[in-house]
Amino acid sequence: MSTIFGIPPQALFGQLLLGLINGSFYALLSLGLAVIFGMLNVINFAHGALYMLGAFVAWLLLTMAGIGYWWALLLAPLVVGAFGVLLEKTLLSRLYKLDHLYGLLLTFGLALIVEGVFRHFYGVSGQPYPIPDLLRGGQNLGFMFLPNYRGWVVVASLVVCLATWYAIERTKLGAYLRAATENPVLVQAFGINVPLMITATYGFGVALAGLAGVLAAPIYQVSPLMGSNLIIVVFAVVVIGGMGSILGAVLTGYGLGLLEGLTKVFYPEASNIVVFVIMAVVLLIKPAGLFGRER
Amino acid sequence: MPDGATVKTAMLEVSDLQAFYGESHVLHGVNLEVRQGEVVTLLGRNGAGKTTTMRSIMGIVGKRTGSIRFQGRELIGMAQHNIPRLGIGYVPEERGIFASLNVDENLTLPPVVKEGGMTVQQIYELFPNLQGRGSTQGTRLSGGEQQMLAIARILRTGASMILLDEPTEGLAPVIIEQIGVAVRKLKQRGFTILLVEQNFRFAATIADRHYMMEEGHVVDMIPNNQLAANMEKLHTYLGV
Repeated sequence: MSTIFGIPPQALFGQLLLGLINGSFYALLSLGLAVIFGMLNVINFAHGALYMLGAFVAWLLLTMAGIGYWWALLLAPLVVGAFGVLLEKTLLSRLYKLDHLYGLLLTFGLALIVEGVFRHFYGVSGQPYPIPDLLRGGQNLGFMFLPNYRGWVVVASLVVCLATWYAIERTKLGAYLRAATENPVLVQAFGINVPLMITATYGFGVALAGLAGVLAAPIYQVSPLMGSNLIIVVFAVVVIGGMGSILGAVLTGYGLGLLEGLTKVFYPEASNIVVFVIMAVVLLIKPAGLFGRER
Repeated sequence: MPDGATVKTAMLEVSDLQAFYGESHVLHGVNLEVRQGEVVTLLGRNGAGKTTTMRSIMGIVGKRTGSIRFQGRELIGMAQHNIPRLGIGYVPEERGIFASLNVDENLTLPPVVKEGGMTVQQIYELFPNLQGRGSTQGTRLSGGEQQMLAIARILRTGASMILLDEPTEGLAPVIIEQIGVAVRKLKQRGFTILLVEQNFRFAATIADRHYMMEEGHVVDMIPNNQLAANMEKLHTYLGV
């Protein structure tokens, strides 16, 4: 068997696939963060905990009620979104007049509480979640073996990211969202209920995190810590892509996932820090991020 | 009694309006009225409270007291986003063209609130400069075109009253002329217009009446046909 740059192709493509999977979650999560930050100016530190909540809702639906993966894919984001709406209405909305830092601190506290509650009841060891029957097995692509479920995750997250991008950049509702991000006072003066839009945006952003949680459940174990493990990298992704940039969040998510995978092949020691090195470099050269606009 | 005050009841009636930005008390009892179909200006120096009066009508100041009645309905205490839905369109001083929206999206952004708004075709006839620019980013238009767009997007909504805040600010004389023509046409179409202006020569060409503002309240009202007789007073008010 030949090699590519001295690496067996199976290893290379295997790591690239792993990178693409991670990138799918980075993209979904940073997309939600970007949408929320654009509209609310809140850095949603609870995002990782809500992703974990999505996975747990799926797991609880299965173990308590026997409701399977496909229904969970719909129900868990709804539950997480509704929880987000509740948080926004009762807590976050009180902080908009204060500095951004307060929103960050509040959501950080919320993340710790949500995580703490699940740790109390379920401990830190993960709960397994089975791959749905329809997506068991895999395809031999000749140069590598592709597990069906992983292929599905990549496709599903791509579709969701593209649909979100389209909805924001190309539809009427998206035009309201973009306009309200820029100048909420004026949009309100045209007769649009901006506080309602803000609530809905937060609900939608965290529902994306919930969806990512369900997609992740069969790959990673369902554990109270799954969110905090991931979210730090996702914040780095958002900083690199540019706060509030939709396209930036998506492209950077996939790009950095792939880059992490490549690093694992060529210089595994650096694979855990490569994202943060890039973040530092981007902050030095282009503080607003690769796709961000200076504010 | 001055001229306009004898006809009909007021479409917009502001009485004893006080407004605050945080701790600072900006309006100290503004009284004015605008009748249907009228073009009325607010004149005065910088900081006299003209823009704040408009923002108070739209409900976008910190706190306000007194009374603002539009077609008999009290606006103070009404939810902010319901005020424009009564048929009041707002063209802010800074124009407020959205950079993340193209010209088409800017034009169609404000929701239609009443029947009888102008069609996009009619709007293009009024402002030919905007035609064919649909996919241009809103803020890439020239200053004059952005002003036209800021007015144009209100005309679609069916609003019967337009609050126009300094539409001529920073524009070249030839553009000001175009805006003036457009505003006169809007008056002919029956729009009621409250106009804030620094440029009273421009105001004199389109308005029926002028309110003078000083230090947060209205100090005088001059019908446009008595403007010539009141030049001296006007110069004192405006400090020109």
